[in-house]
Amino acid sequence: MHIGRYYTLMLQVFSKPEKGPVFRKRIFEEIEILGINSLPIVVIISFFMGAVITIQAAFGFESPWIPLYAVGVTTRDSVILEFAPTLVSLILAGKVGSSIASEIGTMRVSEQIDALEIMGVNSATHLILPKIIASVFINPFLIVLSMFTGIMGGLVFGILTGVVTPFEYLYGIQYDFKLYNVIYSLIKTVAFAFIISSVPAYHGYYTKGGALEVGRSSTTGVVYSSLLILLFNFILTQLLLA
Amino acid sequence: MIETKNITKSFGEKQVMKGISLVAEPGKTTLVIGGSGHGKTVLMKSIVGLEEVDGGAIFYDGRNFSVMKHRERKAIRQEMGMLFQGSALFDSLNVEENVAFPLSIFSDKSEEEKLDRVNFCLKRVNLENVNKLYPSEISGGMKKRVGIARAIAMSPKYLFCDEPNSGLDPLTSLVIDELIKEITQEFNITTIVNTHDMNSVMTIGDKVIFIYKGQKWWEGSSKNILQTDNKEVSEFVGTAKMLKQLQKS
Repeated sequence: MHIGRYYTLMLQVFSKPEKGPVFRKRIFEEIEILGINSLPIVVIISFFMGAVITIQAAFGFESPWIPLYAVGVTTRDSVILEFAPTLVSLILAGKVGSSIASEIGTMRVSEQIDALEIMGVNSATHLILPKIIASVFINPFLIVLSMFTGIMGGLVFGILTGVVTPFEYLYGIQYDFKLYNVIYSLIKTVAFAFIISSVPAYHGYYTKGGALEVGRSSTTGVVYSSLLILLFNFILTQLLLA
Repeated sequence: MIETKNITKSFGEKQVMKGISLVAEPGKTTLVIGGSGHGKTVLMKSIVGLEEVDGGAIFYDGRNFSVMKHRERKAIRQEMGMLFQGSALFDSLNVEENVAFPLSIFSDKSEEEKLDRVNFCLKRVNLENVNKLYPSEISGGMKKRVGIARAIAMSPKYLFCDEPNSGLDPLTSLVIDELIKEITQEFNITTIVNTHDMNSVMTIGDKVIFIYKGQKWWEGSSKNILQTDNKEVSEFVGTAKMLKQLQKS
């Protein structure tokens, strides 16, 4: 039932917007709300995530046969391949997803969506499309920032805790670097951004009732988008890396 | 003119509209009254197209709205204005942006022309110096007035008001009622109002339609509603009168 309604809504969402300038303004507003406002949480999480990966990698590589620069290699690959795109997207699904579902859900129960429809505005396009475009556009930048911050977090805490030297870490993060890994991560990010924005929007759009149901829609939107991120993480990894 | 012919609507097994026909004329206010759960809101939502009817037809100045395609309906919707029960102002926009919203979407007016129109509409509903306030910063009565200002921004031919007095004190209700009546006559709008407020019936009702159990039970003027010998209408009017007297005492 959800799949059919979601598909129908997406058909409605991807229609021509009513007026270009108004639509562009909405996209910029959403970029600020969904992207720029998420910068602090992305930076903080990524920094500590990189730090923990570095310390754990150093702890696991105690053997004298493993060179110390492997800590840098491990941190880089873990952050780029998995932690930045998937973990940060899951966190954004919680932060951004709940905000989208509750915003649209509140608009539904307070008849604001009906008001748009009465005016002759395609409410789905007007409300949801700018969020999808903004997420798909801004999330890759957030993830690249997360990759950079994560690797820097590893460097800073690696040096502070003394588990790796700056030279070895910097050598490690450059060793056998594959640009394709970044491209793979960004492809995942775009798919996750679509899920993060469209799935909670779907749950918000079909909210019925009052404040309690808005809360429920918000929770359901986050749970569904998180599960879909995990599912698509597996599918895309199998398709792009296997 | 708005005309419905024998419209029906069911939700599952329950039929909530059993063939309602009505005519609403330009420059006049048609009031739809009746108890809660008898189908008033579904009737209004069906007329504006928020609910699809199962049978019958709805005409806007002879144009059959029920069989229209999405694009044709959209054109008619730009001729509609609606005042919602909870005002339905956009929370993220201030008063000025709320009233200007339909103009921004559907007109090619310059920013200056839009502002002039917004100020005209706000002045018409007796609101000034509130342009930059957000819906959360104004009272319920002011929200209703902003709702009316937004509804008339595009100079609609048809105005719909769903419970315009709900949640308002008697004095503010009177102000809103008078505004609806004045605007209807001044701009020759076809207005349909859903209400169960007898004050509204007496103040603005050119024509009154009583809905009972999904059917049009009674139709007449606000003057003869007090004299009718229809049992259900008398009970509804009598209860409203009694409650009003209790409130006074």
